[in-house]
Amino acid sequence: MKKSLMFLAAAIAAASGTFARAEGTLAKIKASGSITLGVRESSGALAYSLGDGKYVGFHTEMAYRIVSALQKRLGLPKLDVKTQVVTSQNRVPLVQNGTVDLECGSTTNNAARQKDVAFAVTTYVEEVRMAVRADSGIASIGGLAGKTVVTTTGTTSVRTLRKRERAGVGAFKEVFGKDHADSFLLLESGRADAFVMDGQILAGAISRAKRPSDFKIAGEVLSVEPIACMMRKDDPAFKKEVDDAIKALIASGELAKLYDKWFLQPIPPAGTKVGLPLSAATKAAWARPNDKPMEDYAD
Amino acid sequence: MTWRWEVFLEDPGGRYPTYWQWMLSAWGWTAAVSVSALILALLLGVLIGALRTWPDGVFWPRFAGAWVEAFRSVPLLVQIFLWYHVLPAIFPAMKRVPGCALAALALGFFTSARIAEQVRAGIQSLPPGRRDAGLALGLTTAQCYRRVVLPAALRVVIPPLTSEAMNVFKNSSVAFAVSVSELTMFAMQAQEETSRGVEIYLAVTGLYVISALAVNRIMAAVEKRARIPGLVAADALAGDRR
Repeated sequence: MKKSLMFLAAAIAAASGTFARAEGTLAKIKASGSITLGVRESSGALAYSLGDGKYVGFHTEMAYRIVSALQKRLGLPKLDVKTQVVTSQNRVPLVQNGTVDLECGSTTNNAARQKDVAFAVTTYVEEVRMAVRADSGIASIGGLAGKTVVTTTGTTSVRTLRKRERAGVGAFKEVFGKDHADSFLLLESGRADAFVMDGQILAGAISRAKRPSDFKIAGEVLSVEPIACMMRKDDPAFKKEVDDAIKALIASGELAKLYDKWFLQPIPPAGTKVGLPLSAATKAAWARPNDKPMEDYAD
Repeated sequence: MTWRWEVFLEDPGGRYPTYWQWMLSAWGWTAAVSVSALILALLLGVLIGALRTWPDGVFWPRFAGAWVEAFRSVPLLVQIFLWYHVLPAIFPAMKRVPGCALAALALGFFTSARIAEQVRAGIQSLPPGRRDAGLALGLTTAQCYRRVVLPAALRVVIPPLTSEAMNVFKNSSVAFAVSVSELTMFAMQAQEETSRGVEIYLAVTGLYVISALAVNRIMAAVEKRARIPGLVAADALAGDRR
């Protein structure tokens, strides 16, 4: 019994070992003639699904551009691009175990994740803000004393709020929505007075509301998070190729065009506009490409 | 992959100094919602189950039948949203009711429909002569149910009630959807913050298993204490004394 257990343990260790010493993603792509992209179902205009297995968005389209650049560099006549839907729960393990080669969605580059995976240069800097009803008169986080604030379970915004709670910045009541649509419903129905979340998600939710003019994004930036593509750790050759591809997109102005397409123009499926101009923080990240974690952006 | 269990000693930066203390508080919420829902479900379930078999008139059996179908046919998550989003829109006073109370109500009503069916089955498993004997002694129908029918029927249905009680604990995970900071919400939130999903989910799974197992043992003890020798078939199976 014990021996068979030990054998099992050894087999598992050997199996996980093969992933760990894979000879690098570039070699894998070359050998298999395919690359697997991690895509998201609903991460705002950054990455979302149109149904029918079609995945679009600013970061998704950027990922396809990176893949074409890789194909050219590797001199492959044909490169099969597979997509794998990931969630916040499984994205890191799926990249680690080799299921996904490159994940471009809404993953925040932070120090905890850098222990497990590597990040490409930052391509979008998310600013956590709050959305309020336009007639509420709330202009800053200080105006929330005694009010109810909603945010979505399983997001970093919850932690941002909690830190404010410990610091004792105005006592407010917190509620948590199951997903972004649920959180926005609580704001819309008056159960909550403010919705704290990533700026682009707020802008997207407002643009899809029954009457977008009833809501506005107000107050200061509560937290800043660099969003970047994620890949396996300790694969400098692959990281360099991806980084170079992104830097080329920035230099040629392609990335700015993509930003305009997804954040300022009407986007499918409903033809609504997110209407979020390029932020100073994102501009700065493009001017000096880097893969610094969130902790280096400390306010 | 490497384990990093020390993640539970990290500081989440809020009311709780460490993740494991937060997790224990979340376990408390899970237990609070489950136990209140279970009490509600047992009271309502026995009542509705008895009414399902009520011999006098047609109103009560039909009412109880409608109750069971309504709460059994609609998915639990949908019921929770009805309680949380739809009812407060109709009755604004309900906006002040906290999410945990709504979750306990929704879970309790949902489970009551299932328990009612088990109680009905228990009552119908008894020989009809039992109720007739009670009525022949001059008991009213209500007295007959309380003194003669239910004491026997409830003993019969303890085993299915055990699984129902364990289900309540597991179903309580939907309470996260209405902003109750119970175990499932803790798991979703903490794994996002710490990026150590496997450790967090394993620990939470462990706590669910412990909860369900505790319920199982309590119900087994109840079953043993309440047993009437010679009444239930389980007694014949378990008792090799004979």
